[in-house]
Amino acid sequence: MAFLEIRNLEKTFGSVRVLKGIDLDVEEGGFLVLVGPSGCGKSTLLNSIAGLETTTGGSISIGGRVVDRLHPSQRDIAMVFQSYALYPNMTVAQNIAFGMEIRGVPKPERDKAISQVADMLQIGHLLDRRPSQLSGGQRQRVAIGRALVRDPLVFLFDEPLSNLDAKLRVDMRTEIKRLHQRMGTTIVYVTHDQIEAMTLATKIAVLKDGLLQQSGTPAEIYNNPANLFVADFMGSPAMNLVPVTIGSNGAAVSISTGRSDSEPLVLSIPNAPAGLAAHAGREAIFGIRPEALTDRDGADRNARHLAESECLIEVVEPAGSDTFAVTRLGDRQVTARLRADANVAAGETARLVFNLDKAVFFDPESGQRIL
Amino acid sequence: MSTPSPDNAANINKLARGLIYIALILFAIYYLLPLYVMVVNSVKPLSEIREGNMLSLPSVLTFEPWFTAWSTAQIGVQATGLKPYFMNSILMVVPAVAISTLLGALNGFVLTKWRFRGDNLVFGLMLLACFIPFQIALIPAARILGLLGIAGTTQGLVLIHVVYGLGFTTLFFRNYYAAFPTELVKAAQIDGASFFQIFRRILLPSSGPIIVVTVIWQFTNIWNDFLFGASFGDFDSQPMTVALNNLVSSSSGVKEYNVHFAGAILAALPTLVVYVVSGRYFVRGLMAGAVKG
Repeated sequence: MAFLEIRNLEKTFGSVRVLKGIDLDVEEGGFLVLVGPSGCGKSTLLNSIAGLETTTGGSISIGGRVVDRLHPSQRDIAMVFQSYALYPNMTVAQNIAFGMEIRGVPKPERDKAISQVADMLQIGHLLDRRPSQLSGGQRQRVAIGRALVRDPLVFLFDEPLSNLDAKLRVDMRTEIKRLHQRMGTTIVYVTHDQIEAMTLATKIAVLKDGLLQQSGTPAEIYNNPANLFVADFMGSPAMNLVPVTIGSNGAAVSISTGRSDSEPLVLSIPNAPAGLAAHAGREAIFGIRPEALTDRDGADRNARHLAESECLIEVVEPAGSDTFAVTRLGDRQVTARLRADANVAAGETARLVFNLDKAVFFDPESGQRIL
Repeated sequence: MSTPSPDNAANINKLARGLIYIALILFAIYYLLPLYVMVVNSVKPLSEIREGNMLSLPSVLTFEPWFTAWSTAQIGVQATGLKPYFMNSILMVVPAVAISTLLGALNGFVLTKWRFRGDNLVFGLMLLACFIPFQIALIPAARILGLLGIAGTTQGLVLIHVVYGLGFTTLFFRNYYAAFPTELVKAAQIDGASFFQIFRRILLPSSGPIIVVTVIWQFTNIWNDFLFGASFGDFDSQPMTVALNNLVSSSSGVKEYNVHFAGAILAALPTLVVYVVSGRYFVRGLMAGAVKG
């Protein structure tokens, strides 16, 4: 039995079904990130775990105990909110100690806990200030401190970094990860930022329209997306998704797509799995990550199947560490990730290498993964 | 025509400013004139008023009318002055303001942070209370006070004013709390705070501006109320406004205008003090409620 178990969770607001039967587990000490576009139900799911929303069906258990009927304060959780939600009329120390004060913890114990947390987060010098006198990053630390001091079974984070500026966000991200490694407490974390999800999670759950699209380790989600939505949502720049026709010529399977500026692109896939051959003659969506589409120098030498093609480069975007070259396959824009000093120019052709080991295929109608 | 030089522009600006100030000063004088007349005539002997010049300063300064109005003037049938009625008003206004403000805050808290099915309907009905004319409620109110056995008492008046004020106080607090971040309430719930703990420890400490607005509003309305006071008050519960009316209308024989003026000022003084002391907060509070969020 997993540490945090969510079984067939349903939530409706009036006639709107916000969560449509979510099943999800987290092991003890895991870091689950709920990710998805706005309105996908991820915050509702988090609030349901916290007990701030009443669910309409299904069940949640934390540490082997079903918490469905328990008040938020009795679920042994702590939550960090997007807006930090620091009590404006209390000092930092009072904010951190408020929960203990309500539970009737004696003052000396409270003070000890406050100073421990303050040391850990380096906010000792801020304890007498009010939230309005703190910067965004400091408020964030205090909010985390207020959660830490509870020493809960599960930490819940609701988009905690979205109000910070870009640089601070990266710093705090690292800090949260470090905190998790040190404390080893189970965390459920909501974000709409797929990079945050990839960097922090031990397990990612991708949600859309109240349905769980896929859950798994970051690598699984990234390399083996279950459907078009997950493939498109995770990764930046996004995965290239090109409509192709699957052809079969005896043992060899090939995929082809039209190009407006030159002859059609045809890539043959030797030793193709049977699953793909079965789709011969049909349309499919061919997905390939930008880093699996490079020039010859950048190609993965351990890859088993590489295919090459001359492509007209439309736009070149140097990004410092890499150079992104945009070409066109079918009617789709396709991004290739090249070395920073790659010799490509807009308006000229370049020889691009497709790493077919990393290619994935989707059914264009259902959006589900074929292979 | 050449464009005006900066010098010229500055002069025009000065002229416009001067005109605006003159207009404002005239308005201020116009509005202050009644107060001036009241104050000046309340410190004149009656004979001087009779001579006819209401606007002139007193040639003989006397505070006798003030003492008379306060403690010895004939009110109705008794010569008690306004003193006992002033106390009646205080005993009525203070609890009525306190209770209606507190209940309004609770209502606002529930209507914004503990939403329930039909909460908007409830709020709409409470809003309606702001538009019910006093006269309509008089007879039902009298009946209820009678049934409760508190007709003619200060408690009865407090009850009437609390009920009548609830619509307004709820409106004020609901709109203020609508802009109050709900995440704070959630955080407090996770911290284990109860309904009243959240209200007292989280909401109320942040409600300063709207409390000031509500207190001023309720204080002036209840202090100035005449109809309920006249309808439901007895000698030991009639408020200041009713007593003032009785002072002015019941003096048989000589009309002691100087005493009337002094009494009127006494009756208006508490609201004046409240405005002067917290008027700044009133404007600020209204703004805070309106713009924030």
